[in-house]
Amino acid sequence: MSRPPQASALYDVPGPHARRRHLLYGLLSTAVLLGLAAWILYLLFDTDQFTAVKWRPFLYEGIQELLWKGLVNTLKAFALAAVLSLVLGAVLATGRLSDHRPVRWIATLLVEFFRAMPVLVMIFFIFVALKVQPLPALVTGLALYNGSVLAEVFRTGVHAVPRGQGEAAYALGMRKTQVMTFVLVPQAVRAMLPAIISQLVVALKDTSLGYLITYEEFLHAGKLIASNLDYDLPFIPVVLVISPLYIGLCMLLSWSATWIARRERRDPRTKGVDVAPAAPVPTLPGRE
Amino acid sequence: MDVLTENFSLYGEGFLGTLELTVYASALALVLGFVMAAFRVAPVGSFRVFGTVWVTVLRNTPLTLLFFAVMLGLPRFGLVLPFEVFAVLALGCYTSAFICEALRSGINTVPVGQGEAARSLGMNFTQTLGTVVLPQAFRSVIPPIGSTLIALAKNSAIAGAFSVTELLGTYKTLSELGYNIIWTFVWIAVGYLIITLAISAVFNLMEKRWGVTR
Repeated sequence: MSRPPQASALYDVPGPHARRRHLLYGLLSTAVLLGLAAWILYLLFDTDQFTAVKWRPFLYEGIQELLWKGLVNTLKAFALAAVLSLVLGAVLATGRLSDHRPVRWIATLLVEFFRAMPVLVMIFFIFVALKVQPLPALVTGLALYNGSVLAEVFRTGVHAVPRGQGEAAYALGMRKTQVMTFVLVPQAVRAMLPAIISQLVVALKDTSLGYLITYEEFLHAGKLIASNLDYDLPFIPVVLVISPLYIGLCMLLSWSATWIARRERRDPRTKGVDVAPAAPVPTLPGRE
Repeated sequence: MDVLTENFSLYGEGFLGTLELTVYASALALVLGFVMAAFRVAPVGSFRVFGTVWVTVLRNTPLTLLFFAVMLGLPRFGLVLPFEVFAVLALGCYTSAFICEALRSGINTVPVGQGEAARSLGMNFTQTLGTVVLPQAFRSVIPPIGSTLIALAKNSAIAGAFSVTELLGTYKTLSELGYNIIWTFVWIAVGYLIITLAISAVFNLMEKRWGVTR
């Protein structure tokens, strides 16, 4: 995080003079940043955000339950949207890789359309125009958008597999379905796993759009608490409680993506393997 | 079709609202993203930490939560601004994290030898950056910046739900007036398509003009 890049096109390796200067800048900017943080804290105190009455609601079991239920609802929407968008992505990618031109056209049209539309417009359309319940509307909107993005991820993944792999499989007499399912897709998914997870992070973040269509998710629960006059409208406390949880969840998922990506790079199976030179073998099996 | 012709001014207002949000937020995002990218590649440790924290936190924040916090939270500190300004702030800050990452990876694509060669010719820091490194980085960041700005245009729809005049918000008025809801949404969709396609056309042109041929 704080180590400088080993070699950079931007500047030379600093000498003693420059290092001293950088240290000075570092100290100065740290002081400024700390000052900023202190100022924000002061503002929080000054506007009475840390008074007991504003934090009391979090002690009540009913409110903890409300938050917990919101979190569970968020995760439920995320799980449904993730599964559905993976399935839809697979279907659309299959369509885009099809040998039949009409199928390819339709799949391309769908993918391009859903990628170009704001998710919120789709969610509102399903919710308002088709009069669907909030949860299905949210999940459908997320699945349509993320599914079509994932379709592109899958497709590029399949195209990124070295061409020899597919050719070898065809040469062995496999049919296209077999080539896809046994050879290309497993390798593509391995290579694309970080990208797939990053897209799932987007889905997790976008579940918060459910708040706008009155789906009772985490943010909605927070809003309910925040607009309670009995606790002096504890808006800032609610944000201070909710955002770390939300951001932490997304970070956890993002980090798992980077972790997998790093592991992938280390994995011997994805590196070139040294093959022993060809040795004379019996020409016919079973004649040792 | 009637929905559009009879309410052209309403749609136009929404369309212009979205356009305005997109333009201002893009400007803010580009400037902030540039500053943060500069922080993230700076030789001073605390700048790098600040840039990294900014990017990591904002990239993992749901935009709705950010809108929620900015629109309803900042007024608690006595900071009362029009909703449009809050929306631009939230959108701009959120997108700046993505712009920063695009710029940073663009800078990282410039081979180290380029900078070394520039310095060995006796160029100073500003010259190295301004005439050698950044022009090359600029060429490779055009496509990712384009897609980030398209995402920004699409995300601006969230502002509508927080009572900012923009395209998606027009559906409420129109459905109250009793127009066919499906057609209302069709024209909203067309409006967004116009904006996103325009951005992608501009960036395609830029890429043709300046992009790196790979």
